[in-house]
Amino acid sequence: MSLSAQLINLFAAVILLLAFAMLAQRRVLTLINLFALQGLTLALSTLVVAFTTGQAHLYGSAALTLVLKAVLLPWILHRLVRRLEVKWDVEPLIKVPTTMLVGIVLVIISFNVALPISQLSSTISRGTLGIALASVMLAFLMMITRSKAIPQVVGFLAMENGLFLAATSATYGMPMVVELGIALDVLVGVIILGVFFFQIRDQFDSLDIRHLERLKEK
Amino acid sequence: MSISGLLWQLFAIVLALALAPLLTGWVNQCRAWLQNRSAPPLLLPYYMLHKLFLKDVVLAHGASPIFRFAPFAVFGCMLLACAIIPVLSTDLPFAPAADTIALVGVFGLARIFISLAAMDVGTSFGTLGGRREMLVGFLAEPALLMVIFTLAMIAQSTSVATIVETLAHREFVIYPSLAFAGIAFTFVSFAENARVPVDNPATHLELTMIHEAMILEYSGRHLALIEWAASLKLYAYSCLGLALFFPWGIAQGDSFLGLLVAIPMLVAKLAIGGVLLALIETLNAKVRIFRAPEFLGTAFLFAVLGLLVRLLLESRV
Repeated sequence: MSLSAQLINLFAAVILLLAFAMLAQRRVLTLINLFALQGLTLALSTLVVAFTTGQAHLYGSAALTLVLKAVLLPWILHRLVRRLEVKWDVEPLIKVPTTMLVGIVLVIISFNVALPISQLSSTISRGTLGIALASVMLAFLMMITRSKAIPQVVGFLAMENGLFLAATSATYGMPMVVELGIALDVLVGVIILGVFFFQIRDQFDSLDIRHLERLKEK
Repeated sequence: MSISGLLWQLFAIVLALALAPLLTGWVNQCRAWLQNRSAPPLLLPYYMLHKLFLKDVVLAHGASPIFRFAPFAVFGCMLLACAIIPVLSTDLPFAPAADTIALVGVFGLARIFISLAAMDVGTSFGTLGGRREMLVGFLAEPALLMVIFTLAMIAQSTSVATIVETLAHREFVIYPSLAFAGIAFTFVSFAENARVPVDNPATHLELTMIHEAMILEYSGRHLALIEWAASLKLYAYSCLGLALFFPWGIAQGDSFLGLLVAIPMLVAKLAIGGVLLALIETLNAKVRIFRAPEFLGTAFLFAVLGLLVRLLLESRV
């Protein structure tokens, strides 16, 4: 196995590690920092793929990932946390060890599902498809098990990280137009959700989205 | 088995006996510096051992022979562990005595004896400490085994010497699974050696202590042996971690020059490891005892992830 393939595998493993760290994390600010770190790792991994395969548009993707996911989005989220004054601990709906065990089961399932698919692919990074699928699942799990709004949004963004990794590992990334569109979507999504946060807090004095389960007038 | 191999094996054991208290002293000194306290002397553990060996043993009225036998058993287990782990060279005459799984068993045997001894006298603190030790131990062991399985899959062998040979003297390959295994091993060794996130070695506060609670009834040479065994355990875990994850510098075979290089390498690696240990201990707060299962559960999870990643990414090398 060549050095670049080893590096790609290493970065993919770090992304999986960070996905689990986010799942176990109780504090909002650390959660955002972990997300930024995941974005940085993703950018590095894309850069290695771009350098190895010589696909010019992947350099653009790597730069976009770096700017958007490692710098801009964490900065916006940090600002939101400060403005909303929600530095409290995240309260998971299920206990953390249970969540981790469910996470392991998800990883096993994703690895099994991805193995035949990745054997069809001929890209240098095909082995990481299982990890990409696992990070999508883990981010999904995080959205399910968290009751506060900001961790849910971080989970949503982490899911996008996983999808991006899947696209890079299976087919050397999506066309630039699609990628720009997704990037813009995510950015606008976070800004709109930021506005939502203020609305939710004004309405319920809390960011706990369980309040949204009953919106009917009594 | 050659004569020189046997001599080097004996030298490694003597080195372990001599270096282990020094490592404990070094970690304590680094901790004191990092916490802005004036540091205790580096050689304090030796003075302690000397003092304790000169003192008389005071036995509790209800003490059974187990209580008197346990310090020797614990000390013997730790010495055996130090003899199996390739510290300087991978050519160890004692190495076939036990593979990594048996090594975990040796640590387990020591734990059983010290817990039995703690419960033997019948004080409430001893029983409490023994039970907590077993709780931590039964959670730490599977995680340690998983770490070892990951490494055994890479080396195709469970013998420590073969694993180290495979990792150290082969073409350089990045194993992502080793990163997971390394993190899990760090977690486990903190729990097993009664370091800060799980236990605080410097406290006698009854609500939190684990290791100290078990040895409250010991005095004189018994206490000295147990303290020495605790240092040896820290040394054994550090050497195991260095041998598995940073095996560079460990000599292959029994060439004299390689072994001469291995000694300063070992001391340097242990010194750096001690600084890192003190740093992690200073940065973290001790968690509640009920959080310890979560801490060790995370370790187990990382170890399993390492195994899975090994299967997914590296099986087609």
